[in-house]
Amino acid sequence: MSPQDHKGQTNPPEGENAPIRAGEQRLSSPVVRTGMFGSRTSGDTSGYGGLRVRGAPPMGTEPPYTDPDDPRTEGYDEIVTALRHGLGAEGAGFADAVERVVVDRGELTLHIRRDRLRDVARRLRDDPALRFELCLGVSGVHYPSDEGRELHAVYHFRSITHNREIRLEVTCPDADPRVPSIVDVYPTNDWHEREAWDFFGIVFEGHPALTRIQMPDDWEGHPQRKDYPLGGIPVEYRGAKIPPPDERRSYA
Amino acid sequence: MTTTDTYVDASGGDWDQVVSAAREGAAERLVVNMGPQHPSTHGVLRLILTLDGETVTEARVGIGYLHTGIEKNMEFRTWTQGTTFVTRMDYLTPIFNEVAYCLAVEKLLGITERVPERADVIRVLMMELNRMSSHFVAMATFGMELGATTIMTNGFREREMILDIFEMITGLRMNHAYIRPGGVAQDLPPGAVGKIKELLTEMPKRIRDMRRLLDANPIYLKRTRDVAYLDLAGCMALGVTGPLLRASGLGWDLRKAKPYCGYENYEFDIPVSDGGDVYARYRVRVAELEQSLRIIEQCLDRLKPGPVMIEDAKIGWPAQLALGADGLGNSPDHIAHIMGGSMEALIHHFKLVTEGFRVPPGQAYAAVESAKGELGCHAVSDGGPRPYRVHFRDPSFTHLQAVAAMCEGGTVADVIAAVASIDPVMGGVDR
Repeated sequence: MSPQDHKGQTNPPEGENAPIRAGEQRLSSPVVRTGMFGSRTSGDTSGYGGLRVRGAPPMGTEPPYTDPDDPRTEGYDEIVTALRHGLGAEGAGFADAVERVVVDRGELTLHIRRDRLRDVARRLRDDPALRFELCLGVSGVHYPSDEGRELHAVYHFRSITHNREIRLEVTCPDADPRVPSIVDVYPTNDWHEREAWDFFGIVFEGHPALTRIQMPDDWEGHPQRKDYPLGGIPVEYRGAKIPPPDERRSYA
Repeated sequence: MTTTDTYVDASGGDWDQVVSAAREGAAERLVVNMGPQHPSTHGVLRLILTLDGETVTEARVGIGYLHTGIEKNMEFRTWTQGTTFVTRMDYLTPIFNEVAYCLAVEKLLGITERVPERADVIRVLMMELNRMSSHFVAMATFGMELGATTIMTNGFREREMILDIFEMITGLRMNHAYIRPGGVAQDLPPGAVGKIKELLTEMPKRIRDMRRLLDANPIYLKRTRDVAYLDLAGCMALGVTGPLLRASGLGWDLRKAKPYCGYENYEFDIPVSDGGDVYARYRVRVAELEQSLRIIEQCLDRLKPGPVMIEDAKIGWPAQLALGADGLGNSPDHIAHIMGGSMEALIHHFKLVTEGFRVPPGQAYAAVESAKGELGCHAVSDGGPRPYRVHFRDPSFTHLQAVAAMCEGGTVADVIAAVASIDPVMGGVDR
């Protein structure tokens, strides 16, 4: 899927499942890799049943978010309602802060605009109806094909009071990799944000000491980004060299 | 040797000159770099301590000396091969790493409910054994770092009994790669249950010995009581979970709060203490050993014959293995089928092992209560046969942030006790 489809596509056009369309779709899907033995088509010869081969993850879920048949989603409506009240302006604050809500595999994800992240985090911690006391850190993800929002910062929170989990996702472009820091709200995020800076180059604005944590201080680049060059291994055989992992023969 | 108005560098040079320079200068603070190669820092942990006499005024932690890029490496291997990497992160809790990872992959695949019951029971059994072996190391190294080698030898001796069982079941003492997406790599071998029963009869006595040695030992109490205090508010702010949180008075345990692998079917208690100090952490850990024994006993009762790998030919690897002539595990029935019975089955097996299975796009977070706290796995798939991104929320990584809160204002000697009571494993911290 192309990035503009991320706004949400409800009714797929007719004939989408035709084999020829499936091949086109796969090639335009978020990450295109060279297929098996250099093949540019599907690369999938397993005929895998039951699993979708490629495609973007669900882009948005319509309320209600609690599925009565899925006990994992219990309380999701209450979380969203409490946040809607908490952010004020009769729902306008919520619409301004939350780009979209996704319920996938029984997990609730709120996509937050980065300039509102701190408001939302503070609300999550302090609102008695939310009470997410525990922040479980931030995990960076790099989507080079997601133009204008290449870097994602994914936060997980846990409420001990209500025994609930929630995920916040914030994006920023490669050209302006800034996300506000929430260390003053959740001090535990100190090292987690340093790690995301170290590995992805996400600048957490307002962090008290944003320095590298795993790599040496003078390291260049951010190793877990998808565009970070990988080294090959020189071997002693007629000058041959083992290619970097992303250039080796692979199946997808 | 360098001397200025403000500091004396004692990292080398003529010792007499260093001493005389220190006498002349007005420097009062002492900055000590403890580690990363130091037997009392629990692996390659670097502590930067600012001292005023014997008192620590500032404690900072430097990590990264054991970074191996496991998360990045996994992006170039199949989902199944990922277990081989994650088991090496926190090398004292390999089973927990594998279970957290496999639960995340299973959630992505949507097969959580289809993992066979016997596999779940074996997972719980292995996790509880692993919890015991990890707690024994925590206590043993704690003793060693304070200079009490009897605790160390006892703890490692007890742990060896568990590692023998691991070796029998998985083939290795550590780095098992035994838990796989969809189930476990192979069924329990003959004799494993008997060996676990031996452990169940012997271990309560060993734990009693450990308690008799430590519970009321005046030297041990002096070194641990009211040392490295961290209250509940501090725990929550710093994201501290596991035995440290339970030693600060909150009985929070994911096994009870968000049961996975069928933990809701077992009867066990969550030991809690409100001491908030090193001694309370020890008490919680030793009480958890006893609870783990209870769970293991129930596991043996719940072990019913059945498959140990999901019955889905697209995901499950052959898991009914017999020891082959070459000393490796093989499935004779499966080999007969693919080599002599069905060409399609051979192709299929080849594809499953080389290419691996594809996981529908999306992301999932799965957490387990590891021996050290909440171990979370955030897995992202783009629909391919390899992970797009895997991130681990390692409890040791998070807990080491509490060193400053625990140590500042205490003495240098208590820094060792504080770090040891956190029980960090640098393989997990740095990944």
